[in-house]
Amino acid sequence: MSLEMVRLIVGALFILMLCALVWSVIHGRKIAKTEVTDLVFGNPVKALGGWYWVITGVSSILLLWFYFSWDAARAFFPNAANEMCQVAKVDSELNAMRSTFPMQSRLLKGTSFLDREGKLIDRTRRTINKSDIDVGLRDRYLLAADSVDKLLLSRVAEDSLTAENKAALSDIASKIDAVTANLADPGFPGPASDAEQKAGYEQPGWGEGKKEIPDIPNTARGRKFNNVSAQVKAISSEFAKIRNLDDGYKADIKRTSDELKALQASSSAEDAAQAKIITKSLDKILKRIDDGNIFPPGALVSVEDSLKRFNAEQSKQEGSLKFIDAIAMPGGEIRAGSTACTEQGSGRWLPKPSDTLATLVNISDPTVGFKAVPLLWYEWKPASEMLAFFIPDWIADLIPGEYPRHTSDGSINTNLKTKVLNFATGNYNSFSLPIPAGHLWDSIMRVLSGLFLGIVLGVPLGLFMGLSRFAKGFFDPLIELYRPVPPLAWAPLILTIFGINDDGKIFLLFMVAFAIMVISARTGATGTHLSKIHAAHSLGATNRQIIRRVILPNSLPEILTGIRIAIGVCWGTLVAAEMLAGTTGIGFIENVARKQSNYEIIWVTIILLGLLGLLFDLIMRWIITKTIPWRGKG
Amino acid sequence: MSDLVASSLDMTFPMPEGEKVEALKDISFTLKQGELLSVLGPSGCGKTTLLNIIAGFLLPTGGALTLGGEPITGPGVNRGMVFQQGALFEWLTVSENVDFGLRMRGAKKKETRPKVDEWLEIVGLQGFGDTPTYQLSGGMQQRVALARCLINDPDLILMDEPLGALDALTREKMQSLVLKIWKETGKTIMIITHSVEEALLLGERLFVMAPRPGRLHKEYRLPFAEWGLQQDLREVKARPEFAENRDEILSMIWNMEEEIMGGNA
Repeated sequence: MSLEMVRLIVGALFILMLCALVWSVIHGRKIAKTEVTDLVFGNPVKALGGWYWVITGVSSILLLWFYFSWDAARAFFPNAANEMCQVAKVDSELNAMRSTFPMQSRLLKGTSFLDREGKLIDRTRRTINKSDIDVGLRDRYLLAADSVDKLLLSRVAEDSLTAENKAALSDIASKIDAVTANLADPGFPGPASDAEQKAGYEQPGWGEGKKEIPDIPNTARGRKFNNVSAQVKAISSEFAKIRNLDDGYKADIKRTSDELKALQASSSAEDAAQAKIITKSLDKILKRIDDGNIFPPGALVSVEDSLKRFNAEQSKQEGSLKFIDAIAMPGGEIRAGSTACTEQGSGRWLPKPSDTLATLVNISDPTVGFKAVPLLWYEWKPASEMLAFFIPDWIADLIPGEYPRHTSDGSINTNLKTKVLNFATGNYNSFSLPIPAGHLWDSIMRVLSGLFLGIVLGVPLGLFMGLSRFAKGFFDPLIELYRPVPPLAWAPLILTIFGINDDGKIFLLFMVAFAIMVISARTGATGTHLSKIHAAHSLGATNRQIIRRVILPNSLPEILTGIRIAIGVCWGTLVAAEMLAGTTGIGFIENVARKQSNYEIIWVTIILLGLLGLLFDLIMRWIITKTIPWRGKG
Repeated sequence: MSDLVASSLDMTFPMPEGEKVEALKDISFTLKQGELLSVLGPSGCGKTTLLNIIAGFLLPTGGALTLGGEPITGPGVNRGMVFQQGALFEWLTVSENVDFGLRMRGAKKKETRPKVDEWLEIVGLQGFGDTPTYQLSGGMQQRVALARCLINDPDLILMDEPLGALDALTREKMQSLVLKIWKETGKTIMIITHSVEEALLLGERLFVMAPRPGRLHKEYRLPFAEWGLQQDLREVKARPEFAENRDEILSMIWNMEEEIMGGNA
């Protein structure tokens, strides 16, 4: 099947789909008019018809296919990428040459050049006519524009092409034909040498080594394209050197350029600015003409024909690769760079699921981790340090006496004060306990610490504000002053004040959780039915008991909903804060991966965050059904 | 004797515009121990305000109120309350609701158990002790509210439209229960209601209140509560005396409502 046929079919399918889309909109509107619908819910049952499932199914299958296609391509056609890499080498060598002809664009490069520069010259003429410079100067500028125009047009005359260039172009055409013959020859380039074969087999496979795609040809087709790419490279650079220029023409360009400069120099003071503009725009056109890329219309026909034959043969030789590319690599392709072949498009930013999983497994290994920190592991920590965390160091200062000084023989005597200080700072031998550690743990701990502080301080204050007009009046402005600002807007300030370690992030999360918890606890407290409080009063409960036994449990639904919201917001804020500053955490990983363009790790962090969010929400839902089963039933 | 004595009670609420609303004016009555009083009146006549003053949630702006000689200055355990609905603590089980008052005053859960079981049996909820209250029907919830109030052994039981949200059948059963409890415990009970039938059935004495300002309009002494203890409530309702009283009070309240509407127009 030829490329034209494929394009025809794809085009027809596309038009058909467009028609179907328009028809379905019209038909849908017609149905919607006649349908009996409920005012509130419409007619949701109708959507369960057969076509609904067809549409849903197709969209799901497309999505799944988009995700798994590159993986499928690698599984079913392990050599395809290697072969496509060789084809891509040919394409990249020929790119400059093909762009000269109407192959990648609509017009011959020379045609569009002539068109564009002609228009520019006309525009400059209009600028000259409209300008209010000296009449003599204006006439001389118009003459200069005419000579630029003439220079441009002289290159499209058939006789402008030198005999030398003519010979060179027909030489290139015949060289291309020779390469095309090689491409078509099933025997070319002959059997691989042992060394070539060995190199091909020993290189890591697709997605296995450091290089994304093995670039030493592995198959007969690959070797053919690889050899051809070397040949077209030579032809392409030869073609690029041909310039439609000769010495006389160069002299003419030089003269015109000098004339333009002289005109500008001779202009009077008040004309200088406008003269400069005119000189500059004509000079730019001259410089582009000087590049010598305009040829007479017939000059390149033989090269173009040869190249077209080459293209047709290339398409024929690619064969099945074209279909693998179209179906198994949607939205992407394999491109050859100067050093290696790479996956581009969806193959790049949507890494294969198996690669993403392998990356996750790899960085989950505690000895690998990410930046020498494991993802989630444990480490042995002495119990003394943990105990010391809860004991303030200043208790040692309270003991009467002074800390010992060193003696003249260099030893330091201990006294009770030093012993207490050692105890308070954890400076003694104790047994060790395994403590979780790693990026994931750090992020989780930050969220939980911020959330914990927010709940412990926010809920009592919220209840207090719900019960006391004074508390509401005093604290409301304080909270409402910082709450409307997006938490991330505070991050740079907070992280600067508290430093980039845990303190700053925990304080930021505390701010987020605190505001949410205050508001939800306050709503819960004010929502307590007066008859419940009256009932508790007449049953003999004191005010304190009413707060503890009636208002707090009655506010639990609001408080738990607040916690659920706060967890979500805290995660969002934490990831962004970790991206801003820090050395551990999921946000840190993602930010480093972004800087390295490591899409697999970016996806791993996205998936981990999604799973964590889901896990926390499930836990909260479980807590909610366990603790407040009466919600909505009271 | 712990009688409830109200002498010329006044209650005025200040309005934002500076005027004052007289919710209650010059209310005087004596409720002897063991009496069953129902209070009836059109909406806005100050029934609930009166009840809240007796419960101690509001302080009257004038007059005096004593229970057993002691002036009422705030809520107290000697006055139990039963509300319309939604005053149960949903987060507690039935028995935790019932012994709430005892526990708040320092009793241990174990000690209260026999008392709770006894009261649950009286209100007809034996075996429901560990059920969460949100799983109960409306009638059962009101039984819990009754038990919760009675377990404190109050001198006076105040009921604010306790059966207002129940369906007709459940309501009738609950009316019998209230009568039974009144008879068996000999408590003083004051019930506020808008149902004329209920007021007639559950009132040894019946106050009809009138609005603007809220005042006692007429007092009845009725035999139906006594009769209701001996025979079926439906038979009591079918008696001609019952119908007579009902029609008289209905037209009285009807006229008051008319007056209010006319006054507004």
